[in-house]
Amino acid sequence: MTDVVLSTEGLEKSYPGTPPVRALRGVDLLIEAGEAVAIVGPSGSGKSTLLHMMGTLDRPSAGSISVAGRQVQDLTDSELSAVRANHIGFVFQQFHLLPGYSARDNVADGVLYRGIELEERREMADRALELVHLQDRAGHVAEKLSGGERQRVAVARAIVGRPDIILADEPTGNLDSKSSAAVVDLLRDLNDGGMTLVIITHDLEVAGEFPRMVELRDGEIISDRRAA
Amino acid sequence: MSDRSALRPSDAMRVSLVGIKTRTTRAILSALGITIGIASMVAVLGLSESSKSDLIASLDRLGTNLLVVEAGGGIGFGSGTLLETAEDMVSRIGPVESVAAVGSVEANVYRTDLVPSTRSGGLSVKVASPTLLDTLGGSMAEGRFLIDSPDPLPVVVVGSVAADRLGIADFDGSAMLWVEDQWFGVIGIMDSLELAGNLDRSVLMTEATAATIFDYEGIPESLYIRSQPEFIDSVIEVLPATADPENPDQVQVARPTDALEARAAAEGAFTALFLGLGLVALVVGGVGVANVMVISVLERRGEIGLRRALGATRRHVAVQFLGEALILATIGGVAGVALGAGVTAAYSATRGWTTLVPAIAIWGGLGASLLIGAIAGLYPARRAARLAPTEALRSA
Repeated sequence: MTDVVLSTEGLEKSYPGTPPVRALRGVDLLIEAGEAVAIVGPSGSGKSTLLHMMGTLDRPSAGSISVAGRQVQDLTDSELSAVRANHIGFVFQQFHLLPGYSARDNVADGVLYRGIELEERREMADRALELVHLQDRAGHVAEKLSGGERQRVAVARAIVGRPDIILADEPTGNLDSKSSAAVVDLLRDLNDGGMTLVIITHDLEVAGEFPRMVELRDGEIISDRRAA
Repeated sequence: MSDRSALRPSDAMRVSLVGIKTRTTRAILSALGITIGIASMVAVLGLSESSKSDLIASLDRLGTNLLVVEAGGGIGFGSGTLLETAEDMVSRIGPVESVAAVGSVEANVYRTDLVPSTRSGGLSVKVASPTLLDTLGGSMAEGRFLIDSPDPLPVVVVGSVAADRLGIADFDGSAMLWVEDQWFGVIGIMDSLELAGNLDRSVLMTEATAATIFDYEGIPESLYIRSQPEFIDSVIEVLPATADPENPDQVQVARPTDALEARAAAEGAFTALFLGLGLVALVVGGVGVANVMVISVLERRGEIGLRRALGATRRHVAVQFLGEALILATIGGVAGVALGAGVTAAYSATRGWTTLVPAIAIWGGLGASLLIGAIAGLYPARRAARLAPTEALRSA
């Protein structure tokens, strides 16, 4: 049996209001090591909320989440920070690269909060940039890179610390179709290399590239399919 | 294995520089407010210290043990003269080291006999003891001072302002002056007398000369007295009764250096005022930094969200923004101290003062800017730290 990297049980999230908004209504999800899961659904279906819960960026109203063997719903804020620093890598739609800093230093920031020395972080960054085929762009500042390159730098930043799981929130949302395909290929390659991956997208074509697709609607999982 | 989110101190510093590196112009402008505040405070302290040290140097050079006795003070008497015996009597006071009497004769002085008599130039003709120059601690610009001589010669010594007005500043030993229908030879020109400025506008002759030519009766207007410094208060006490035993209340005793000391004290009062204004500028500078930091936190929500996602704790985020405010304030403070010291040095140079920037101004200036930076950074740092990661990421 393979290891479970991330699991949720009866996950609920409500936002206060009249009536309260129930963004997630009892989500049970199990993600095993080496899986690549696309979570799809129309906007408002709760997929971003689910990603934030899985990434420990927000707390559930009810239910439990386990990340890398840790029950995270009861941890303190700084303990959650430690879980993110050591076990989770994020990729965002807006890339979130620091302008004025080189691709290498942006990637090195991926392990900034692990207390690793700068020189070692930069060496790790160079290896991560090789994995995303941007080693020749290591010294370029973020704003000199194309959109597709920026997102590949962001992917390198997510994988630089070899986290247990990568959570990607609409990683192709700001890219043209060519760059989008390149980023999807990259994510698939990384998964083939053993990286566990969860990608949120509203683009079914992108989702179809991944072996498992979970469909969310109104805060509930309505289908969970694995490619044959 | 226990997880931990850690930021090395050197990385905390690097992270605090991100905002300054990516928005350099704004950083410089916001630090400028603190620079101006610190510079004005350092300059005020430096200038006050430099000018005060100049005054103290003057006091040291001139000595604070000179006293002046003059007639007057009584209403309706108005004789304006002391007793003829005053000089002798005062010289018998034990701690008195030297006495010099100064009187005046009704006469005007002209460059030549051709100058119309109405153009007296505001100069006066005085009678002085030969001890006057030493008693005042004065010096000669040219020639020599008066000496007692058995044969009264028609010679004068000229004060510095008088020499200028009479056009004899280029002393060559041959100048003659026309004093009340008679030629007088000029034997010397004095340097400006800092403690007896009125004598700068005078022409001085000995008592014997004045007696022979102008029937001067030897009644002085004022006495200049050097006393042993440790007994000066006792001397001041006995002077009126000694100079004029019958009417001691008509004798005024003054200490010319009091004026300089009062000036030093008055500058102290202005220092406090300007220091207060500098402090206002500093606080305004601090508000500027706080303002820029608040805007920066709003603009950088995306970055804050990313850092939380990368594993930064609330404390790491707070340290980042507090550190940025402190760095801005330190840059402003260092520039302010340098600018303030520069202003002090430049102004002191034009006034011929020794430049003195007190250590308290330098360390106090840096300390004040750090304090202002810390206060200015506290609120923005708290705001940044309290931002929920999801909210920060959503709004970016």
